[in-house]
Amino acid sequence: MDESTVRQQLRDFILEDLIRDPDYDLEDDEGIVSSGLIDSFSLAQIGVFAEETFGVYIPDPDLTVAKMDTLDLMVARILRDKK
Amino acid sequence: MLSRQTRQTYTTLLDAACLQSGDAPVVTFVATDAEPIQWTRRDFAGRVRHAAGQLAQFGIQPRDLVIIAHTQHLESMVLFWAALYLGAIPSMFPTLTEKLDPDIYARNLSELVRLSEVKAVFAASEYADFLRGMLACSVYSDSDLLAAPSVDVQPYQAQPEDVAFLQHSSGTTGLQKGVALSHGAVLNQLASYSDAIQLNDRDVIVSWLPLYHDMGLIAGFLLPLVQGVPLVLMSPFDWVRHPALLLKAFAEHRGTLCWLPNFAYNHLANRVRERDSLGLDLSNIRAIINCSEPVRDDSHQRLVERFADNSLRPDMLAVSYAMAENTFAVTQTVPGHQPTIDRVDLAALQQQKRAIPVEAGVPQVSCGRVIAGSQVRVVDDDMQPLSERHVGHIQVRSDCMLTAYYKRPDLQPFSVDGWYQTGDRGYLAEGELYVIGRTKDLIINAGKNVYPQDVEAVINEIEGVHAGRAVAFGVPDEREGTELIAVVAEVDSDDAAEHKRIKREVRSQVGRATDVTISYVTLVERGWLIKTSSGKIARAANRDKWLSQQTVRSEG
Repeated sequence: MDESTVRQQLRDFILEDLIRDPDYDLEDDEGIVSSGLIDSFSLAQIGVFAEETFGVYIPDPDLTVAKMDTLDLMVARILRDKK
Repeated sequence: MLSRQTRQTYTTLLDAACLQSGDAPVVTFVATDAEPIQWTRRDFAGRVRHAAGQLAQFGIQPRDLVIIAHTQHLESMVLFWAALYLGAIPSMFPTLTEKLDPDIYARNLSELVRLSEVKAVFAASEYADFLRGMLACSVYSDSDLLAAPSVDVQPYQAQPEDVAFLQHSSGTTGLQKGVALSHGAVLNQLASYSDAIQLNDRDVIVSWLPLYHDMGLIAGFLLPLVQGVPLVLMSPFDWVRHPALLLKAFAEHRGTLCWLPNFAYNHLANRVRERDSLGLDLSNIRAIINCSEPVRDDSHQRLVERFADNSLRPDMLAVSYAMAENTFAVTQTVPGHQPTIDRVDLAALQQQKRAIPVEAGVPQVSCGRVIAGSQVRVVDDDMQPLSERHVGHIQVRSDCMLTAYYKRPDLQPFSVDGWYQTGDRGYLAEGELYVIGRTKDLIINAGKNVYPQDVEAVINEIEGVHAGRAVAFGVPDEREGTELIAVVAEVDSDDAAEHKRIKREVRSQVGRATDVTISYVTLVERGWLIKTSSGKIARAANRDKWLSQQTVRSEG
């Protein structure tokens, strides 16, 4: 699975499941949690999604706003541990 | 321990176990990325006396109101008790965060300072300088406290009827009503409630709840500290991102009791990863008590199914109906017994306002029986008491009620015969209370009270939205186990790019102003919103209209 596939799947998940608006124009470097776009509970949801979809377990100390606030950060974190 | 039986031996909250000497643990603070910190009674009481001396040096006097607007940490707990020790009136308040608009936060806090004549605000060091420039009172940070000298002070000789502290509900609207509670009322509540949950000296309370919320402040803070029951506390910010932290705390500290709003059951069930819960032993739990938002049977079932392998059982689930105006609990189910499920006919419930039991009916979860010292009645629109299984307004009368809304003589909380109108609707059956809805336009999102008018006020300011033509309401969500927030706003433009801009602004500005997340934004053409005969936006009618269109869309 390449970067663009990971990015697309994550984007779809964030728009449909978390923001609940498939038409939302999400920027790759847009702060998703810090801007209040999704609530901080959703970080835990992203942790579950990353494991179920990409087989990447992100430990709790890495599931923070600073480390996971944008699509770019999430994609990079997932690709880091993805075989 | 404090119970109805020993109640007379306690005069004020300063008789609390946490202010006594000895090595018994008072609180253990746990975090994802740090080692636990544990304080004994000796540690805690010593710090409280020291901080009380610092507050006195700052010029804080008995009966002064102090606001503790901090991150959830041990120091803010000490400040609360230091204020009580000195006879000042503390009130917990949410901290400013990076997510919030600092000017709006400061404006709200400034309004509270002005209305309630606040003497001092305690805030995190990174925000103290900013707040100092915005508020007409003293502001002290953690670093100010580290540096400040202390003097010896004697504990204030409060009278039982003196106001001990205030509880504030959230939002601009909630801030205007500080619930003032006396020492006597709080002790009455703690005594009756301890009896209701059969509190004992083997209990350990685990909590992530914010201390500015009644459930966090009373059940997750004052109850254990007054009773000498160990508290294992964590930050709500930490817990929402890392829900397994709560389960680890149960397993590692042999936790027995916990209070959770309904959404937390879904959050735990959906978002704790298998490997994070593997092997955690939850068998010491006596009761996980569902409180502060509508209780859903399916949320209970999800939690038990998800953690059955960790020895979680259905009889460990309990329910309480509570409100800040009654200090905390009004009712409680019996620990060790699964809450009663009343299956009733939905049409009769909605149309005849009757709860008629039928086998295949919709499940209503009991909130249990009223606790000692409190009374509940259900009345019709003319305030006439109704018999069992008739749905009406829930009213409460008790020995643990608020004294008043602080410095608001214009707001009378009680009816002439002393009943408090809760704003909730429900019915009684076989002596147990079932809460089925609200008459007030309040949204409860993830355990937090959200006033729609606060959200609408933000949206009305957004360019492109017709001022006064926006509505916010709650939508129950099965997956999340809470009400999600939807807004509908009238706009002139039908340009797609402009719609995207407005939607983005709605989400970000509401988030920054009120710290709530909007789940659905719908923009509509002028004239879509239904108004009442007096020209106001009718929230319930617009909610129904929006919901019916959602159904059509998802079916089509």
